[in-house]
Order: sequence, then structure tokens, then C-alpha cells
Amino acid sequence: MQKKVAVFRKENFNAAHRLNNPDWDDATNQEVFGKCNNPFYHGHNYVLIVKLVGFINEKTGYLMDMKILSDLIKERIIERFDHKNLNEDCAEFANLNPTAENISIVIYDLLQSEIDPELEMTIRLYETERNFVEYPVN
Amino acid sequence: MVYITRVEHFNAAHKLYNPQWSKEKNDEVFGKCANEKWHGHNFELFVTIKGEPHADTGFVFDAKRLGQLVNEHVVDKLDHKNLNIEVDFMKDKICSIENLVIGIWQQLLPHLPQDVTLHSLKLTETPKIYVEYFGE
Repeated sequence: MQKKVAVFRKENFNAAHRLNNPDWDDATNQEVFGKCNNPFYHGHNYVLIVKLVGFINEKTGYLMDMKILSDLIKERIIERFDHKNLNEDCAEFANLNPTAENISIVIYDLLQSEIDPELEMTIRLYETERNFVEYPVN
Repeated sequence: MVYITRVEHFNAAHKLYNPQWSKEKNDEVFGKCANEKWHGHNFELFVTIKGEPHADTGFVFDAKRLGQLVNEHVVDKLDHKNLNIEVDFMKDKICSIENLVIGIWQQLLPHLPQDVTLHSLKLTETPKIYVEYFGE
């Protein structure tokens, strides 16, 4: 009988951002986003956990080769966002507020085409040790 | 003698950049940390003071009060800020954590009560990088 398991890979990236809605005036942005709206930016050490759920491949004993998963995350996510300004350097956020919620969805979409569709992927993203999000939610 | 540490945190943007150098030279020395459009970190600051516990309170110094002083005189100036642009005590300095921890020491020391001895500051930039400063 096939066994279902979850595997997790953790990676880090450090980036600057600000939260701002260009459709609002400065006062409204300040009221809603507070110090996160600072026009000179602030930043975080983001911790990304990619979770994959599925059945173990009987030939390898793996769900997925973790070296391949690690290289994939580094190539598609970390190189894109590490030591970057998410608002200014990253096209994904040209018209999207870089909240942890939106960043997790962008990361999911960037990885999904590279992951075996038989595996169920969940993104967990820590903005600080105390604030973190998950996508998708079942 | 007892050492007591208060931990506070702040999130900030910065870049490592020497304005005396060309962009190429900055990229060569500081690598991706020289990104002109900034990057950022969750910093943690460990403030350690030392002394004998007071007979009446059992405290070396009220840790809650220490936290208030650190927040008022250091964290409020750094949290959700751009360290290169917005922090008066980092003006004209390269925003490395080495320089930042010295700046924090100089910023905090005058605001501590005279009977409080500041022993050390520890400042973490990432889980893999931190500095310690003893005022020397």
C-alpha cells in the first residue's frame, strides 16, 4: 500500500518593501498601513517553507528529491527576491502590494509549473517570527 | 554580580555602500548588499546590563523599564525605517551592523540611569550573522 507523506524545504531571503495602495492618498495609506507605508522602505528576513504532500515513489523512496526542490526554490524564488526591493526591483509587485499574503501567492504561482501535479504544494512564508501566512488553504 | 539582558527587535531597510567609491567598486566589495534600491532585515537587539541585585526589589534594574528606555531611544528611531536615510546617528556612516551597534551604544548610554552599567550589546542581522560590542 502506498504511503502518503509531507516533505518540507526551508529557505531564506532578505528584502526591502513598503505597503502602499497607489489609488489612495498619502493620508489614507498612512492610516491603513501605518509604519509599513514608510516611503523610504523597511525590510525583513523572510523565511519560506515549501510543503509537498503526496505518495512516496516506490523506486526511490522519495516524495521528491530534496536537492532538486532546493535548487528549484533557489533558482526561481531566492535569486529573484533576495537582497531586492520587492516594490522597485521585482516586476511581480509592480501592480501588487507586497504583503506576506500576496508574496506567498506569487511564490506558489512561480513554483507550481515546476512541481509534479500529483504533489499538493503549500507555501508558508514568515515575514517575522511572529507573522506568517499560508497559501493555499484547503 | 548579575548580568541581565533585555531583547528588543526592529525591522529596517539598508544598503552597504561607500559613496567615495564607484558603483562597480561597491558591487565588488559589498555584492548584493550594495543594491542601490535597498534590501532589509529583521534585527534583534540584546541589551545586557550588570550589577548587584537591589536589596529592596531583587532587581539589578527593572527589566521592563530597560525595555522602555531601549524602545524610546533606539527602537523607535530604527523600526520600519531606512537606516541609511532616516537615522540621524547613522548619517555619513556605512550602515554595517558593526557601525550600527556602536551607534546604538552611543545613543543608549546617556539615557541609562547613572547606577546602571551597560555591559554589552548584541545585534543580529540574520540567524547566521551577529555582532557584539562592549563599548571598547
